[in-house]
Amino acid sequence: MSNALNTYRNQPDERGHFGAYGGRFVAETLMPLILELERAYRAAQADPSFAAEFQHLLTHYVGRPSPLYFAERLTESLGGAQVWFKRDELNHTGAHKINNCVGQVLLARRMGKTRIIAETGAGQHGVATATVCARFGLPCVVYMGATDVARQQPNVFRMKLLGATVVPVTSGRGTLKDAMNEAMRDWVANVHDTFYIIGTAAGPHPYPEMVRDFQSVIGREARAQMLDRIGRLPDLLVAAIGGGSNALGLFHPFLDDPDVRMLGVEAAGRGLHGEEHAASLLGGSPGILHGNRTYLLQDEDGQITEGHSISAGLDYPGIGPEHAWLKDTGRVEYTAVTDQEALEAFQLLCRTEGILPALEPSHAIHAVAQRAKAMPKDSVILANLCGRGDKDIFTVAEALGVEM
Amino acid sequence: MTVELRGSRLASAFAKPHPALVTFITAGDGDTAANLDALVDSGADVIELGMPFTDPMADGKAIQEANIRSLGRGTTTAEVLRIAAAFRARHPQVPLVLMGYANPMVRRGAEWFAAAAADAGIDGVICVDIPPEEDGALGPALRAHGVAPIRLATPTTDAARLPQVLAGSQGFLYYVSVAGITGSQQATTGSIAEAVARLKASTDLPVAVGFGVRTPEQAAGIAEVADGVVVGSALVELVGRHGSAATEHLRALTRSLAQAVHGAQRVPA
Repeated sequence: MSNALNTYRNQPDERGHFGAYGGRFVAETLMPLILELERAYRAAQADPSFAAEFQHLLTHYVGRPSPLYFAERLTESLGGAQVWFKRDELNHTGAHKINNCVGQVLLARRMGKTRIIAETGAGQHGVATATVCARFGLPCVVYMGATDVARQQPNVFRMKLLGATVVPVTSGRGTLKDAMNEAMRDWVANVHDTFYIIGTAAGPHPYPEMVRDFQSVIGREARAQMLDRIGRLPDLLVAAIGGGSNALGLFHPFLDDPDVRMLGVEAAGRGLHGEEHAASLLGGSPGILHGNRTYLLQDEDGQITEGHSISAGLDYPGIGPEHAWLKDTGRVEYTAVTDQEALEAFQLLCRTEGILPALEPSHAIHAVAQRAKAMPKDSVILANLCGRGDKDIFTVAEALGVEM
Repeated sequence: MTVELRGSRLASAFAKPHPALVTFITAGDGDTAANLDALVDSGADVIELGMPFTDPMADGKAIQEANIRSLGRGTTTAEVLRIAAAFRARHPQVPLVLMGYANPMVRRGAEWFAAAAADAGIDGVICVDIPPEEDGALGPALRAHGVAPIRLATPTTDAARLPQVLAGSQGFLYYVSVAGITGSQQATTGSIAEAVARLKASTDLPVAVGFGVRTPEQAAGIAEVADGVVVGSALVELVGRHGSAATEHLRALTRSLAQAVHGAQRVPA
């Protein structure tokens, strides 16, 4: 890596830019609030009691550290590199999303905000937000695309059980981006009392940085656990990418370890050749949406096109701006996996390891399987198992032609 | 089309002896050319033309639906610019402002867009999601081509922030009277008067007030304290309801709005 930077861990700059990406592209009504949020986050970062409270909740409420697991039978069946998983699907609520929600709800409380809103795609972030709101007694409104409401009924019911109001969004095609539009409309009308818990490392500055920081607990733990278990760092990190928060959480603490390669896995849907995919980096181009400049799925006029993925959590036409920068710098490699390949990987992990993964990390597992076969047996792959698959069994059954 | 004329059209509209009526409709929604002519004929002083976008985050239901209708009919950026250029040819003196979101504007580069807007005879551009902090994404190119970047000020724009909003603003200052989306409930006239007075103490730019203005009565109240009144959602709803037959309805509403705004007696600040 002759062109390597001295560090990949000093982004963004003070204006929230990751190279040419990121920034604060929001309506004027939100700008003062975004600036206030940044000040509050800086103050929280400087306050040891904030970190202590965050860590306390991660330990005793979320159940961290999540285990680092050597997937012995999967490794054997692939016949190549050792495959290890960071088990973030074992967190309370069943995904990595809760890490970020705990951090943001603590920040909301510090700022004196009394009402929480969120957007959700697969429902994992909505469930995690509803969970922390119940824990702290805050009213919670979750915007969810009407299409996603229909295909993620178990999570909709979970949110309601947790006391959240779930608002189905019918504008656009009723998926994650439309839910995010609606959440921003709510926010702009309720800036005085409302905190918007964005679920991925995207949106206006400081969200991409803040979400990454809260999720980096994944990579910090994994790095220490790897050194503890095998005395060295992995050769390759793999994670699925929708907006990109679980991948950044895993990757960021390793970015300055030059011998650790990284692979982000986007959703190729029905294939990158057509328009039915959600691979913003591999099949999109830079533009401005939802508060940041990043890679987007868009047409020649800058109209946003709808992503497609079997996984509602990856079905977003943008991506966190730090991934856009990491792609351009070449520090992280990106690939894409189809619906069909993800379904096969889903079943592979069920049968070899007795782990039912969410469809999101199933994309990563397919990429892991491909890479492992081509790597020597003494090499090590670490993948983030960012969510459990219970929520997806109806989708999987339908895709496999099984009546339930 | 000289830079001087573009600058002067907006200035002239706000230099009339009465407050200005600023009307908004979405390009490509309904018979846009006929509708724009109806607005001008019925007394609108400034025309705002909405550039449709798939994700209009700052807009309420009426304008969201107008965006969807327009894009559903296949409206392209080239078509929006054609509508603007044809308007300019028909109405050489009436100021025309393009309003929309960043992504369609910067898609081919800020320089391309600014040049195309200037060629189409557009006087100013309101980009909802480019705040002063990100001015570099579009502002310098617009100013270089003599197209006014028109900024928004809101109830959340505090005194510390206002100078930054005003720096590089041209044409007029658009005061968003409520913290919310377009078409939402109107703020009280008292709070608007106070806010406009605060803004005018800091700038020589005319101040137009919008968001939630629906009726001639509301418009008259605002016209007493501001340099201009912006009406959008109420007009766009007529296009939504009446489709290609909306022109006469737009004419009627605009006429009563213009009477109300033009007849308002300025309350000395």
